[in-house]
Amino acid sequence: MKVIAFIICSALAALFLIATGDLPDWGSAESPANSYLSPYYLTNALNDTKTPNVVTAVLADYRGLDTMLETTVVLIAGFAVLLLMGSRIGEPKTVVKREMDILKVLAGGDQIGLIVRITSQLLIPFIVVFALYVLTHGHYSPGGGFQAGVILGAVFILYSFSNGVQSARLAFSQRLQVICAIVGILVYSGVGLTCTLLGGTFLDYSALAAITNLDSAYSRSLAILLVECGVTLTVMAVMFLIFSSLVGQHSPLNNKN
Amino acid sequence: MDILISKYNYCVALILFLMGCYGIIVKTNLFKKVIALSIVQASIMLFYISIAVKTNGGIPIVSKDLSTPIDPALYANPLPHVLMLTAIVVGVGTVGMGLAIIQRIYAEFGSVDGPEVISAMEQSEL
Repeated sequence: MKVIAFIICSALAALFLIATGDLPDWGSAESPANSYLSPYYLTNALNDTKTPNVVTAVLADYRGLDTMLETTVVLIAGFAVLLLMGSRIGEPKTVVKREMDILKVLAGGDQIGLIVRITSQLLIPFIVVFALYVLTHGHYSPGGGFQAGVILGAVFILYSFSNGVQSARLAFSQRLQVICAIVGILVYSGVGLTCTLLGGTFLDYSALAAITNLDSAYSRSLAILLVECGVTLTVMAVMFLIFSSLVGQHSPLNNKN
Repeated sequence: MDILISKYNYCVALILFLMGCYGIIVKTNLFKKVIALSIVQASIMLFYISIAVKTNGGIPIVSKDLSTPIDPALYANPLPHVLMLTAIVVGVGTVGMGLAIIQRIYAEFGSVDGPEVISAMEQSEL
């Protein structure tokens, strides 16, 4: 098996090395990838959308449909994990309390975990504020909906590691996770549908100028913020949904007896 | 030899990609297969991001000073950054789903080793 794999990989390496000869040099500004569409984005994004961060402008505006469907893929991945690991949406909370909590054991139980608990309690508010900064300042600095969503998801994961995944689930139940994930997608597609109702095409944010009393560039900037909020909700909920499902009741880690 | 010097970014991505491919083929442990898939994914991201680089180019956040026209050569290509930004988050989702499938396989057949799982499946069918 190892010999066959080595032969396949060597053949692939030879093919790729031959093909590499035709690829553009490192850092070349005239390469095909850098010469047709991207100069348009760089020169026009500020005028079109009033968003200096071109990555955010391309992500949420020029390629808005792509981002909406990528967020839907994240949602579907979350649902798939939910179906595989067993949903606990309808269960009463007393059942949740009885199960063994692998993370609490790893953190050292109630006594040893004290320092971890206090430290994470001190840290969590600042992490949340930073996540909101990353979300709302995504127009002007590196950041945006996906990054903020991942940071907020990490907040809940940090809380699960310090206080046990069950206390985290009491704060952010599975029902709430699913609702948050769906509401995020609905916010995104709702902004797109509003554009359609106001006479533009789907996700053409300049049509929103009719109800925002702003010119079309500023209403595009505002709509970018709205759809980024939707992306944040979905990504945050799905990150914690995947994590809490993987360490939860149906996990083999908790059924070792 | 010329390729290795002027286009070393592609070579690094290539090495990572082949490491991942080798792992996917050779390793029988399902967790290691998922790790190898992640390595392949990382190599693709590295490839895209290295395409976006321009010599003398900074991050793609344009200056708000409108007195001078914007010169695209001074900013990195934003498009590969956008594509990989979404790909990273989708990658986390797919890795999570892979781990969930492995956990279900372990709960059902008591093993995460590929051939052992297959023989356990054949026994349960008999």
